Formats: sequence, structure tokens, C-alpha cells
Amino acid sequence: MASQTRDAAIVGIHEFPSRDVEGALSPLQIKAECAARALEDAGLELRDVDAIYDAGEGGGMAGLNIAEYFGLKPKVIDTTGVGGSSYEFHAAHAKRDLAAGRARVALLTYGSTAHSNAQAIGVGGRGGGGHPADNMDSFAGMTLVANYAMVAQRHMFDYGTTSEQLAEISVATRYHAMRNPEAVKAMEDLEFLDIRETTVADVVGSRMIADPLHLLECCMISDGGGAVVIASADVARDCAKPPVWLLGAGEATGYPENGGDITTSAAAQSGPTAFGEAGVRPDEIDIAMIYDSFSITVLTILEDLGFCAKGEGGAWVSGGRLRFDRPGDGPALNTDGGGLSSNHPGMRGIFLLIEAARQLRGESCSQVEGAQLAVAHGNGGMLGSRHCAGTVILGRD
Amino acid sequence: MADPTRPLPNLRDLDTQAFWQATKDKRLTYQQCADCGTVVFYPRRHCTGCFGSNLAWKESAGKGTVYTYSIVRQSYHPFFRSMAPYAVAWIDLDEGPRLVSNVVGVEDPASVRIGMRVKVRWEEHEALCVPLFEPA
Ligand SMILES: [Zn+2]
Repeated sequence: MASQTRDAAIVGIHEFPSRDVEGALSPLQIKAECAARALEDAGLELRDVDAIYDAGEGGGMAGLNIAEYFGLKPKVIDTTGVGGSSYEFHAAHAKRDLAAGRARVALLTYGSTAHSNAQAIGVGGRGGGGHPADNMDSFAGMTLVANYAMVAQRHMFDYGTTSEQLAEISVATRYHAMRNPEAVKAMEDLEFLDIRETTVADVVGSRMIADPLHLLECCMISDGGGAVVIASADVARDCAKPPVWLLGAGEATGYPENGGDITTSAAAQSGPTAFGEAGVRPDEIDIAMIYDSFSITVLTILEDLGFCAKGEGGAWVSGGRLRFDRPGDGPALNTDGGGLSSNHPGMRGIFLLIEAARQLRGESCSQVEGAQLAVAHGNGGMLGSRHCAGTVILGRD
Repeated sequence: MADPTRPLPNLRDLDTQAFWQATKDKRLTYQQCADCGTVVFYPRRHCTGCFGSNLAWKESAGKGTVYTYSIVRQSYHPFFRSMAPYAVAWIDLDEGPRLVSNVVGVEDPASVRIGMRVKVRWEEHEALCVPLFEPA
């Protein structure tokens, strides 16, 4: 661990508590509210911020718009937009920019009213258009759920993975969600029918949305947002909360290739880069914050990050291994309740950083005692076709 | 109200328009680099293997294998909601291209399998045909 560089740390976090703003707040308002609370958490002020990171979903001038809206004149503006993985990319870029001395305090923000807008993210058509690839397959009606389901189908075919094994991911996540009052409130506000801990039988008995993925293997569609403040080492030492260091990061793209393997994601590239920079191994990780758009997303990424070999994920996640109260048994998964059971406003990558920081501060509702190392892995776009992967390794003092 | 219709490709897209124009004659085409042999699909103006521009159009025999699939049971799109449940699949053509389509001509979409041999079945529209697949 001696070679690790500790040049940037998460010092402030905030997750917007409500998942249903009933149309009364805009995404920009949610971003500003979260930014203010995260800066308070850090013991910093708006005027301390000199770098902003935003996924640019506000449009082509997003970098300017967000600076003006907040009332900032930042020295660094980064609007890398790669869907749900944007925030892992932003954390990686903030670490790079702070280490280079281009800025001292970086602000990452996210806000969305996907629920209030009644966006049919999962079962709507393909988003976008305009890219030639979309012009080839929009006729076929591949919903987003079906896109991920095709990864699961092939994983089952190649490796004998079962729906019961995939369900373990939903069960562990819900187990954590039930311990998180904000997640329970989210499920109430979004009118989940049955708000309780679930079993494998519950998951595989729920309605099929796109074979082989069942309803309880699909994330919710909520409102929400969050903010993360990242500071250079000299600033971080004087902040209100203990620093959560960014130890390593990796980025990657994945897209369909003739003859390619759909069961291996871009995480197989971003993971080794991040672990290598951090100088740690997957078996040292206490907390795995993995983008759980669907059960199969987590299974695939756990394998690709090297927690187990490709194809062994089904057996590896079985028996409740991913629960927070199984120390020594591998990492705890998505201890906030994840996108499956707490918060999914469309791009949940920022919540992966936030809950990882909570765990390394000792503030989680499902706290792993003595947690030292966490991985946050965002997947943006669509796992079964074109997607981006951002991996960040985090550690405490 | 008219029955909802299948969303169709944009024939003005400059990368893919030659592919779609060929479907009017029920020809399933793809590109191959004359310099390095790379099969390029979806169509582009350059080779994704060597970045050259010496691409030749080839015609597929329209036969292939289901690489993976899903059965869509819920969609908010009016046309696809009326079609559900239906099978969407990645098809590996024998010549190399992998493409997305629907597997049709099966009594129950649940009978679709990975590895199933399929052949193209054209669905006719005014300005083009859509390549669907059925058991071979
Ligand atoms: Zn070439």
C-alpha cells in the first residue's frame, strides 16, 4: 500500500432524501440543494469550489449553465456524460485534476425527476436515436430490460447460471434497503406492493418483464439526486469529516462486436486499471458498490472486477454472501439498498460514491465494522450493447 | 385509430442508408475490408480494423444462429405493446455480422433457443423491408 497516492479525497456527501418530489422541484434545484448540503457536510463553502463535474444532461452548454446557476466561476469544468457511470468518471477526473494542482475543491452533482416525469426508462423504446447503431435496431423493439436480459440469457447458457442465483443479488440488496429509512420511505412513496425483506422464491416468483429477468430483478424509477465534494490532500486534512481517499480509478467502453462475448463487460478493462493504480486486490475489498440496474449487471461486474472467475458468479453470490453481516465472506453489496430497492433516478453512479464514503466513515445503516476499502463501479448505457464502465477504489486513513 | 406501426429506420442516415436501400430488393448486406478482411457491421465509411476506406459491400445468404435472446413481455411503445410477448435476439449471420432482430414464425416465443438456426424473413414496407428471422 506504500505506493498509493493519497492526493484527493471525498470530504462531503449528500443524498437527496426524497424519491418523489411530486413535480415541485427541478433537477437543477435538486443539484443545488444537494451541493449546499454536501459542502456543509465537508465544512466548506460554495466559494471554496473551483472545479465542477456534471454529466451534461442539461444540454450542450451544461458546463456553463451549471456554473451560472450555482453562482460559481470554476477553473475546471468537466461535463463527461456516460450515463450512470458519469460520476465514477468524474471522480477519476477530479482526482487527476486535483493531483495536478489545477483545482483544490471539486463538486460533483446529480439531480433527476425521472419519476415525476413518468419516464418509462426500462420498458420504453431505445433512447436517443441519431447514432447510426440505433438506426439498425430500433425496428426490433429491444427494451432496456431486454437488452440486459440478453446478457443474462447467454450467461445462463454458457455457465449454467440460474434465476435463483441472480435473485440472491436482489435479496441482499433488499435486506440492506430495509435497514435504510430513506429506502423504506422510497418504496412507500413509489407504491411498492410488498415492502419487506424478500426471499429467492419471492424474486423468481415475481412477474417476468423480459425473460429471464423478473420484476424484482429490475431497479425502480425514482426522483432523486446527490452531491459529492472532493478535495485535494491539503484541504481534506482540515475538513469536518475524515477523508475518504480516491486510491485508483479506471475507465472503459464496451460495444457489440461481431463474434464478441456479451457476458464480459467493460468492467474487465476498467477494473484492473483501478485496482492496479490503488495497489489493492479484490479480496481486500470490504464494500462493493456495484451499479444494480438489474441483477445481471451486478453478477457480470463482480466477475469482471475479479471477485470470482468469469462464469462462477452464480455460485459465488449464493447463500447470502453479499450481506453486510457476513464479514470475512467477501464484500458487502450495495449497503444503501441500491437501485433495486432505494434510489434509481436514471443515473445512480453518484450514490455508489456516497454510500462507499458512508461506509468508510462508519455512517452506513448497514455498517460493516472496520471497513477499510471500497470499490464503486458505475455502468452507463446498456450492458448488452454499448456501455461505459467507471471503477473507483476508495480507502480511509 | 389506425393500428400502431413498427418504427422504421431513417433512410437519410448517411452510414446506414445503403444497407436499408438494399433491403428494398430483399438483399441483406454487410461490409468487408478489402485490405484487412475485417467484417464491418453496422455499416460505416471506414474500416474498424485498419481505419482504411477500402470497404466492399457483400450480400449475406440470410442464414444464421441465435447468439442470445429475450422475450419482451412489457413495453410502453404502442406497436411493441400490441406485439408482446415477442422474441428479440442477437443473430450471428454465417458470414460474421451480428445484428439485432426479432425471431418470428414460432408458435410460442418461449420456444426460441440460443444456438437455434434461423433464416431471414422479410417484412415488407413501402420504402424498405425489415429483416426478421424465423427458424431455418
Ligand atoms: Zn481494414
